[in-house]
Amino acid sequence: MKELICIVCPRGCHLKVDEENGYAVTGNSCPRGEQYGRNEIKDPRRVLTSTVKINGAAYRRCPVRTSAAIKKGDLFNAMKELNGVTLTSPVKRGDVVISNILSSGADLIVTKDM
Amino acid sequence: MRYELIVIGGGPAGLAAAISTHKNGLKRIAVIERDREAGGILNQCIHNGFGLHRFKEELSGPEYAGRFIDMLRDTEIELLTDTMVLSITPGKKVVCVSPAKGYNVYEADSIILAMGCRERTRGAIGIPGDRPSGVFTAGTAQRYLNLEGYMCGQRAVILGSGDIGLIMARRLTLEGAKVLACVEVMPYSGGLSRNIAQCLNDFGIPLYLSHTVTDVRAQNGRLCGVTVCAVDEKRHPIKGTEMDFECDTLLLSVGLIPENELTREAGIEIDPRTNGARVYENMETSLPGVFACGNVCHVHDLVDYVSDESERAGKAAAEYVKHGEASGAALEIKAGSGVTYTVPQHIRPGNVEKSADVFFRVNRIMQKSAIVLCSGGAELARFRREHMAPGEMEHIMLPAALLKNAQGEITVSTEEAQA
Repeated sequence: MKELICIVCPRGCHLKVDEENGYAVTGNSCPRGEQYGRNEIKDPRRVLTSTVKINGAAYRRCPVRTSAAIKKGDLFNAMKELNGVTLTSPVKRGDVVISNILSSGADLIVTKDM
Repeated sequence: MRYELIVIGGGPAGLAAAISTHKNGLKRIAVIERDREAGGILNQCIHNGFGLHRFKEELSGPEYAGRFIDMLRDTEIELLTDTMVLSITPGKKVVCVSPAKGYNVYEADSIILAMGCRERTRGAIGIPGDRPSGVFTAGTAQRYLNLEGYMCGQRAVILGSGDIGLIMARRLTLEGAKVLACVEVMPYSGGLSRNIAQCLNDFGIPLYLSHTVTDVRAQNGRLCGVTVCAVDEKRHPIKGTEMDFECDTLLLSVGLIPENELTREAGIEIDPRTNGARVYENMETSLPGVFACGNVCHVHDLVDYVSDESERAGKAAAEYVKHGEASGAALEIKAGSGVTYTVPQHIRPGNVEKSADVFFRVNRIMQKSAIVLCSGGAELARFRREHMAPGEMEHIMLPAALLKNAQGEITVSTEEAQA
């Protein structure tokens, strides 16, 4: 039995996940919490948010994120990928910066028009 | 120049309020923003988790702001950026300056105050020790890192467990810094549980509850270490519990203060508990036709709730311009046992169609408990809760029928079930 705090929404439900009973989740208030609890034990993932360098914009950094959650263990490797990126203004919200980052199936996308 | 509405502040509150007023029929609207672009603090909140309630999606701060900025662009609302409001008068004149247009006085039929809040600083909490560089508020460090591209240091301690501090703990770690500890003087965190989980626990950063920073040491003008101590129930440091951390950075995430200089100067009544204007059910302040919403009124946890509240203020401003002042006797909403403050502070039952929203915070963590509403010694209603915490704003809806039974005031208090 593992105890977790659900991070799906600000409510922060205290979940219990029973690995020996088919990853049964209790303590959740919604179906997304159940899914989070199960995934968190079997294959924990996070959306990565960071910035990359941009030239020609009002600020020097452009905010980016992964379009879907990637493996938690890949977060620092993904950060290394970002270090090699330089964008040039203009960019649009949703523009793909790196497609299929670290073969995760998720893209790295711009989150601000700059 | 005369506008039907002037909104002061182009952050999430101001944007939502202006768009809502426009939807409700006003056309001559100006949003005045002191920064060079709209979006407010969301521009530096590059993490995700915004918009879950409103858009059923997890957006980053700039994405959430971007959606509202797009909506604003589709209207004839004027956005005056790089413009600082110097004062507003009780006669609803707005005095402002900008490099492009110089000194201007605009007249308004209605005003919405949406100036947001600012961070408490080291001076506000009085930490002993040296005064070196390397001590930042969490939001300042966030701006340096996320907008300007400057890293504030390599080994950090974070004082206070507010959400910005927690978010910065993760952010600094991802950027290669070592975050040694997050230190919180209260026995509970002021941030959301999900941020403790995904910003501290994910990276093995320890959270010291009931601890504080008791010394700050410098070498050659730069921070070189801090001392952390456990505190007793009265928040006094306990001798013998000192821990030394070698660090070049101390981030402060020790609370937010609504930014109400303009409000005070205009003679609008301030609630000392929220540090924001006292408001009615429609977010109207003590000055008719002037409304307040978002963090300038009271500090919120979620931007989604800021947008909702601001839309109510926007709708009310449109009503005011079209139909004049709301009237009728007001009930006072009082904070009772276990409750820190309520917003609104007054409700005019005659101005409530279906129900009135009341927001408040509790003063300690409570398990199974009830929110109890009383008026004139009689209980009006009670709402059950499984869990309440000061870091999580509570919300109740008071039906118009219930308000009719109230006499002069309603007291909101809490009752904890006996274990």
